[in-house]
Amino acid sequence: MNDQAQLLPGTLDLLILRAVSLGPLHGYGILLRIGQISGNALLIEQGALYPGLFRLVRQGLLKADWGTSENNRRAKFYALTAAGRKRLREETLSWNRLAGAIAAALSQQPEEV
Amino acid sequence: MRLLAYLRFRIAALFQRSSLRADLDEELLSHVQHRADDLERSGLPRPEAERRARIEFGGREKYKEEIHHTMGGNFFGTLWQDVRISLRVLRKSPGFTIAAVLTLALAIGANAVVFGLLDALILRPLNVPNPQTLYTVEHGPDKSQSESYLDYLDLRDRNRTFESMILYNIIEVGFDTGGSPSRSMGYEVSGNYFDALRIQPYLGRFFHGADEHGPNSAPYIVLSYPNWHSRFHDDRNVVGRVIQVDKHPFTVIGVAPPSFNGTLLFFFPDFWAPVVNHEQFGGGNVLNIRNEQEFIMAFGHLKPGVTPAQAIADLNTVGAWLEKTYPKTDAHMTFALARPSLAGDLLGPPVRGFVAALTLLSALILLAACANLGSLFAARAADRSREIALRLALGSSRRRILRAVFTEALLVSVAGGTLGLLGSIALLRALSVWHPSPRYPIVVPVAPDASVYWAALLLALASGFLFGVVPVRQILRTNAYEVVKAGSAGVVAGSSGRRITLRDVLLVLQIAICAVLVTSSLVAVRGLLQSMHSNLGFDPQNAMVLASDLSMGGYAGENVPAMQRRMINALQAIPGVTSVGLIDELPLDGGAPNEDVFTDETTELVPSKAAAHTMNYKISPDYFHAAGTTLLRGRDLTWHDDKNSPAVAVVNEEFARKMFGSVDNAIGRFFKPEIGTRLQVVGVVENGKYWQMTEDQKPAIFTSCLQSPMNATSMVVRSDRDPQQLAVDIRTVLRQQDRGLPFELLTWPDQLGWALVPSRVATVALGVLGIMGSILAITGIFGLAACSVSRRLREIGIRMALGAQRREVLRAALGRAIKLLVVGSVAGLLLGVLAGRLLAFLVYQANPRDPLVLTGVVIAMALLGLVATWIPAQRALSVNPLVLLREE
Repeated sequence: MNDQAQLLPGTLDLLILRAVSLGPLHGYGILLRIGQISGNALLIEQGALYPGLFRLVRQGLLKADWGTSENNRRAKFYALTAAGRKRLREETLSWNRLAGAIAAALSQQPEEV
Repeated sequence: MRLLAYLRFRIAALFQRSSLRADLDEELLSHVQHRADDLERSGLPRPEAERRARIEFGGREKYKEEIHHTMGGNFFGTLWQDVRISLRVLRKSPGFTIAAVLTLALAIGANAVVFGLLDALILRPLNVPNPQTLYTVEHGPDKSQSESYLDYLDLRDRNRTFESMILYNIIEVGFDTGGSPSRSMGYEVSGNYFDALRIQPYLGRFFHGADEHGPNSAPYIVLSYPNWHSRFHDDRNVVGRVIQVDKHPFTVIGVAPPSFNGTLLFFFPDFWAPVVNHEQFGGGNVLNIRNEQEFIMAFGHLKPGVTPAQAIADLNTVGAWLEKTYPKTDAHMTFALARPSLAGDLLGPPVRGFVAALTLLSALILLAACANLGSLFAARAADRSREIALRLALGSSRRRILRAVFTEALLVSVAGGTLGLLGSIALLRALSVWHPSPRYPIVVPVAPDASVYWAALLLALASGFLFGVVPVRQILRTNAYEVVKAGSAGVVAGSSGRRITLRDVLLVLQIAICAVLVTSSLVAVRGLLQSMHSNLGFDPQNAMVLASDLSMGGYAGENVPAMQRRMINALQAIPGVTSVGLIDELPLDGGAPNEDVFTDETTELVPSKAAAHTMNYKISPDYFHAAGTTLLRGRDLTWHDDKNSPAVAVVNEEFARKMFGSVDNAIGRFFKPEIGTRLQVVGVVENGKYWQMTEDQKPAIFTSCLQSPMNATSMVVRSDRDPQQLAVDIRTVLRQQDRGLPFELLTWPDQLGWALVPSRVATVALGVLGIMGSILAITGIFGLAACSVSRRLREIGIRMALGAQRREVLRAALGRAIKLLVVGSVAGLLLGVLAGRLLAFLVYQANPRDPLVLTGVVIAMALLGLVATWIPAQRALSVNPLVLLREE
């Protein structure tokens, strides 16, 4: 448990978009996919996913449709919209910039300053 | 566009709420099932897998709530949910709910009534076009509104700032429509009246400035709508009909619209007639006499763009010209402007003061009610601290709990506000059809309207917010863990220790306010009682008054005193009548004839040389006897003091002292009234009240009705007989004298009731507010006492089991409530004494330092305390320690 990192605020939406960008998924599937692509390094309480999903649907970044899952159960599948795809690109860029800057700042040695 | 889309989304969300909810439920369930499938695959039995999956999912309700929140569009949804929950919660504690709603209903009701008064009497202008430019003209240092007709004409023609200047005057005439004549009150007005006010007739036409061609040239009359309705039964053919006004033929030319009831807020005239016919209304031929200032109220619209200051400067220019041109008659011609609706500065300041005081007191009531409800809600929050803690522990947000508490407060405030408003509407309706005077068409025009409803609603919501805020801190500070661990008792003990809590402060505030209200109502009641028993200078008991105006019967000249003498003789012949006297204006009856007098040595009789300003009554010889006025020195007037003998006067003590130094000095001395004929003082009578109950002592002179006759008089008939039977005899006698003369007969105390109306109204209003304050104090103290008893029931039980006496039990249970009561009462009493200065303006002989009043307040507060703590005390004493300890 302790090697799992808390999510930074605002990053859950990005992770959801990223997870769904690889193909339509239902809620539980998204959770599994995030675990898979992050190497199980991030701690997300399962229920906390849903307010994020609804928020993204409302912003028009995701669209949702009921379908049948691999377990043969009814489930709601989420997929990226065009706007969602665009947003994912932008957010990824800005996240990378931010992460790079922070990493650079933290890796500076005292004599270089 | 985005706004539209957003709105559509919100509305859709509102309507699809239930389908959304089902959708969400299914989705979350599907998630849990999928997780359980995985867990089952890893080897767990299905039930265990499902249980684990649910736990891993976390607080389902919390997330659902959060989702609803992100979805927006369910502000109303949550509100509706909150309302439903609050209703359920409130229904569970009916005692609390009823107490809270009634408290607020009282306070809101009182405030709505007072706002209705404020709105009707002060905020709302006259119901005429452009009322904001309408000003009434006052002159001189005492803001007199009486002008002579000639001065009015000069003001009208020489000013450059008024569109046109109107004159009007209240008159009383005999109105004969063919049946029996009756008395009727209306306005005599200048011809430009309706045109200047821009009023259109409802029926027929109005008269105009062009209809005036000198004295008695315009025998036209315009009826008011209510008069047309009641006396002419809505007969549209009334236009063109000739009716008799004081035995002179007048043609009805029109009916005023229902919305227009004259230019005074509280006095609805029956008719309007041209002032040029003044002589025919029994007024004498005074239109050509410059110092007969008997017309009140010159007023008009200012021209567009003219400020009141410019208008005053303009009027003062005319005034200076008048003073220079007519130095004998015109002095102090400096002008001021005032609003015409309350007769300018005649009634404006007292009415405004009264309404302001009422507004203040009713605001205090509302504040006390809010304090009361605030402490009730705080107590409730404390009682529910376990429930709140449990809800917090289960994942509810503090915000959500606060919302629920506020919803409860708002529900209570809306219910209380509605109830209070309904009550105030009933009261205002009753007030607006009330006729305080038997003789004058006085009304209180306070029909409730939309602004009253809005005011009540806003006040209710504001106070709901105010008392809803009180428990907020308590809820924010709730530590769920501590409460659940310790149980409610532990927390309560912690918060109601020796420290001063918010509730204590609120209660002291509330009791202090209540004590202020009780003090002021006692001061008012005592003032009224004293004014009833103060020396009036006459004795209204066992006397009847008969008002008549001989001009209504067509009498004139020498016929007037002759007829009056015949009437007096006939009345005196009625068995049981001890004396009959006649006076031109009864004291304290609204009229107050007054004039300047000069010392005998003064030759130039101009206002600036006057020695005194005095009341001036005309009486018949036996008047003092009939009125019960004591003659101190000299002699009464006799029937020999007529036109052929020297002019004489009886004066009051104040006049004697002011003019001649002492009562003894006055007899036989001379002075001059405005007309200049020397008057010799033959007698001195006791002082009295003349214009109003609260006046400073005024000088007065009484001259003979034989030496200066007048038409309109009141006769005082003194008799020990039953007024009902006496009235029958008086009517018979008068009918024998003149069948067609309208008159009015009342007992003197009834007639005087009118003079006491202002202080009666003030007393009733203050009394009602005092009672409301008391009710609030009782509920407040009761709430605190009951609460502290029920919380300490266990402690009391243990004390009793250990052998505590009744006294100690009571002290433990109620000590705090009583201490707060004492602190609050003392504070309130001190404030009340200070506020009493304000009351002195309203209520006659109001003296808050009166020891009787102070004792009364102390007793009243003690009684309130006793009443409020009685039930909790009984409950504390009846504790059975065995039962109680077994229950825990």
